[in-house]
Amino acid sequence: MWDSIKKFASEFFVTGDPLIYGADVSIGLTMIAVVAALTYFKKWNWLWTEWLTTVDHKKIGIMYIIASILMLFRGGVDALLMRTQLAVPNMDFLSPEHYNAIFTTHGVIMILFMAMPFMFGLFNLVVPLQIGARDVAFPFLNSLSFWLFFMGAMLFNISFVIGGSPDAGWLSYPPLSEKMFSSGVGQDFYIWGIQISGIGSLMTGINFIVTILKMRAPGMKLMKMPMFSWSVLSSCITIILAFPILTITLALLFIDRYLGAHFFTLDGGGNPMMYINLIWMWGHPEVYIIVLPAFGVFSEIVATFSRKRLFGYKSMVFALMSISAFSFFTWAHHFFTMGSGADVNAFFALTTMAIAIPTGVKVFNWLFTMFRGKISFETPMLWAIAFIPCFVVGGMTGVLLSVAPADFQFHNSYFLIAHFHQVIIGGVVFGFFAGLYYWWPKVFGFTLNEKIGKWAFWFWNAGFYICFMPQYVLGLMGMTRRVNTYGWDTGWWELNFVSTIGAFLMGIGFLFQIWQILHSIKFMQKAPADPWNGRTLEWSIPSPAPMYNFATIPHVEERDAWWEEKQRRAQGEAPKPLPPLEPIHMPKNSGIPIIKSAFWFAAGFGLVFNWLWLAIPGFIGIALSMLAHSFNYDTDYYIPVDEIERTEAAAKGDAR
Amino acid sequence: MAHQQAHEGHHDLESLRLMGFWLFLITDCILFGTLFATYVVLHGNTNGGPTAQELFAMPGVIAETFILLTSSFTSGLAVLSMNQGNRKGLIGWLAVTALLGAYFITLEVTEFVHMVHEGATIGTSAFLSAFYTLVGTHGLHVSIGLCWMIALMIQLSKRGITSVTRRKVNVISLYWHFLDVVWIFVFTIVYLMGVM
Repeated sequence: MWDSIKKFASEFFVTGDPLIYGADVSIGLTMIAVVAALTYFKKWNWLWTEWLTTVDHKKIGIMYIIASILMLFRGGVDALLMRTQLAVPNMDFLSPEHYNAIFTTHGVIMILFMAMPFMFGLFNLVVPLQIGARDVAFPFLNSLSFWLFFMGAMLFNISFVIGGSPDAGWLSYPPLSEKMFSSGVGQDFYIWGIQISGIGSLMTGINFIVTILKMRAPGMKLMKMPMFSWSVLSSCITIILAFPILTITLALLFIDRYLGAHFFTLDGGGNPMMYINLIWMWGHPEVYIIVLPAFGVFSEIVATFSRKRLFGYKSMVFALMSISAFSFFTWAHHFFTMGSGADVNAFFALTTMAIAIPTGVKVFNWLFTMFRGKISFETPMLWAIAFIPCFVVGGMTGVLLSVAPADFQFHNSYFLIAHFHQVIIGGVVFGFFAGLYYWWPKVFGFTLNEKIGKWAFWFWNAGFYICFMPQYVLGLMGMTRRVNTYGWDTGWWELNFVSTIGAFLMGIGFLFQIWQILHSIKFMQKAPADPWNGRTLEWSIPSPAPMYNFATIPHVEERDAWWEEKQRRAQGEAPKPLPPLEPIHMPKNSGIPIIKSAFWFAAGFGLVFNWLWLAIPGFIGIALSMLAHSFNYDTDYYIPVDEIERTEAAAKGDAR
Repeated sequence: MAHQQAHEGHHDLESLRLMGFWLFLITDCILFGTLFATYVVLHGNTNGGPTAQELFAMPGVIAETFILLTSSFTSGLAVLSMNQGNRKGLIGWLAVTALLGAYFITLEVTEFVHMVHEGATIGTSAFLSAFYTLVGTHGLHVSIGLCWMIALMIQLSKRGITSVTRRKVNVISLYWHFLDVVWIFVFTIVYLMGVM
C-alpha cells in the first residue's frame, strides 16, 4: 500500500529539481498564509459575496488585472531563468529538459495568461464607463469568462509541480507534441489550460461586441465613440473570428493524443503542417487582438496629455478595422520555410507588408496629435511616448522578416525573438501599463506615486533596449531560438551577457511597480473624479465609480463629450438640468460561474490524467450548472432612488 | 421625457441576448468551417483503409437528412404557435422536433457503430479521424440542443410564454435551423461528394 502511494506520488508530483522543491514550498506556504489570513480576519464571506460571485464589470476587471500581474511575475521569472542560463557559455544552471519546459511556459503564460487577461481587465474597467453604460451586455457571462480564464490558467500553471510542464514550444507543434514524442501529461495540461480559458475569451469577445454596439449612451453615434472603445470593438471582432479556430485545433490535437486519431501524426495519413497552418490562422490574429486595444489606450492618452483632439479620428477607425481584417491573411509568414512555393510566399509577404500601412497611419496620427499640443509628462504619457519609437523599430524589423527570401535566413533566429518581443513588450505591455496608470485613479479611487512610477518606467525602458537590441545582432550572427547553451567559440557571449543584464533591469522595473502600488496604498492620496483633465465620459463620474456607474445616463452630442461639456461650463454655460433619479435595474450576483468553472477544472484535470472518474463528474457538473442557470429566473433587482442619492452625496462629500 | 430616459437607461435585455446568440452562431460557423477545411484536406488520406465509397451507406444518410430537415420545419411551426400565443401547440411542436432530433441521433450512432464494427475506427486513417470528428461534432451539437429543448419545454410549461421564454424559443429555433444548414453541408461535402 505504502509503496504504491509512493510510486503514484513520485509520478504525480514533479521531483528531482531543487528549483521545483523551492516552488513547492513557497506555493504551500502562500496557500496556508492566505487561508489563515482569511479565516483570522473572518473574510471568507466577504470574499465570496463581494468578489468571487460578483457580476460587476469593475470588480471583474480588477480581478483580471491582479491575475495578470501574478502571471506577469511567473512568466517574468521564467524569462530571468532563461536569461541566466544563457548569460555565459556552457552554463549548467538549467537542464536541457527544464529549459524546454521554461521557454514553453514563458510564451504561453505571457501571451495567453498575462496579455489576454490584462487586456480583458482594461475592457472591463473602461468600456462601460466610456460609453455611458451601467454594465456590460451579459454580466453573468462576463463573470463566467473570468472564472474560465482563471481556472484554465491555474490548470496550466500547476503543471510545473504536478505531472510536469509542457515542453514542445509555446504553440506546441506536432509531431513533437503528439503522444509518440511527448508521452507525458504536460501537453494535455497545455491543451486543457488553453482550451478552458479560450472559451472564456470567446465569450468576452461576444459580450463586448454587443455591449459596444447596443449599450452606448443615447446620442453616442459610432463615429462619436471614444477610440479605446473602437479598438475594443475591432479586437473583439477578431476574437470571435479567430478563437474558434484555436478551439478546433487544440481539440484535434487532443483527439490525436487521446483517441489515437491521425490529424497531425506522421503516420496514418496525418499532416503535421496542417496544425501549423491552423494554429497560425488563430495565432497571427491573436497578436493583433492584443495590440489593437493597446493602440486604443495610446490614442486616449496622447489626446488627453496633449490637451488636443485626437488627430485623424476617422483614419484611426479605418486603420483599426482594416488591421483586424488584414490580420486574417498573413498567417503563412510564420513559416515561409514550409515550402509552399514562391506564389504562396509572395502573397503572404505582400499582405504582411500591407498591414504596415494602417499601422503607419496610426503612428502619424499620434505624432500629429502631439504636434503643437500642450504636452505634459505624467507616467501614462511617458509610456505612450516611449512606445512610439519602440514600436516603429519593432514594426520595421517585422517588415524585414516579411521579405520571404530573406526570411529563410532570419527564420527561428534571435532576430525574430528580438522582433516579436519588441512589438509585444513595446506595443502591448507598454500599452497596458500606460492604460493601467491612466485609469488607476478612476478604478481604485487613489493616485499612484509618480516618482516611483518614473523610476519603474526608466528601468523598464533601459532594460528593454539593453535586453533586446543585442538579440537582433545575435540573430544575424546565427544564434537560433530555443538553444539552451552555446560554446565559447561562437563569439556570442558578450552580447548574451548584456542581454541578460537588460532582462534583470526590467525585473527591477517590475519591482519598482509593485513598490509603487504598495507605497501608494500606504500613503493613500484620494483621487479626484477627473485627475488628468480627461476627455471622455468615465471622467465625469466619481472615482471610484459607484456600482451603477451613472446615476443618470448621459446624453452625448459630440466626440470627447466630457471635454466639450467642461469647455461649455468654463464659458459660463449652465450644465443641463439632470432628469430625476429613477430606480436602477441591476443584475444579481451569482455563484454559478465560479462553480461551473471549477467543474471545468475538474473535467480538464481528469482528462489530463485520463481519470474518467473525475472527468465525467466534471462534465456532469458543467451541464447541471448550465441547467441551474437556465432555470433561474430571479436574476436582477432594482437599486432604489434613496440609495442612489446617498451614494452620490457620499461621493460628492469625498470629492470636497 | 422621463419615460424615454428610463427606457434608454434600461436596455431591452432580450434583444441584446438574441444579438449575442447571432454572434455565437458566427463563432460556431467558423468552428465548423475549420472542421470542414480539415476534412477536405484529409479526405483522400485513407492510409490503405476503407474509402468513403466503400463505407457510406446512402439510404441511411438520406433518411437522416429528411428527418433533420423535417425537424427544422417543425421547430418553425413551434415558433409560429408561440407567435399565436398557443402554448400547447408550442410545447407540442417542440416535442415533435426533439423526437425527430433524437431519431436522427439514434440513426447516426447506429451508423457509427456499424462502421466501427467493420473496422473503420477513428484511428484507422486521417480520413476517418476527420470524418468522425466533423460528423460527431454536429451530432454533439444536436444532442446538446435536445437537452436544452427538454429544459425549455419544462420552463414553458411552468412559466408560459413570457418575454424571457419567447427569446429562449427564438434562440433555440435559430440554433436548430443552423444545425440543419450545417448538416446540408455535411451531406453534400462528406456524403454526396464521398460516394460520387
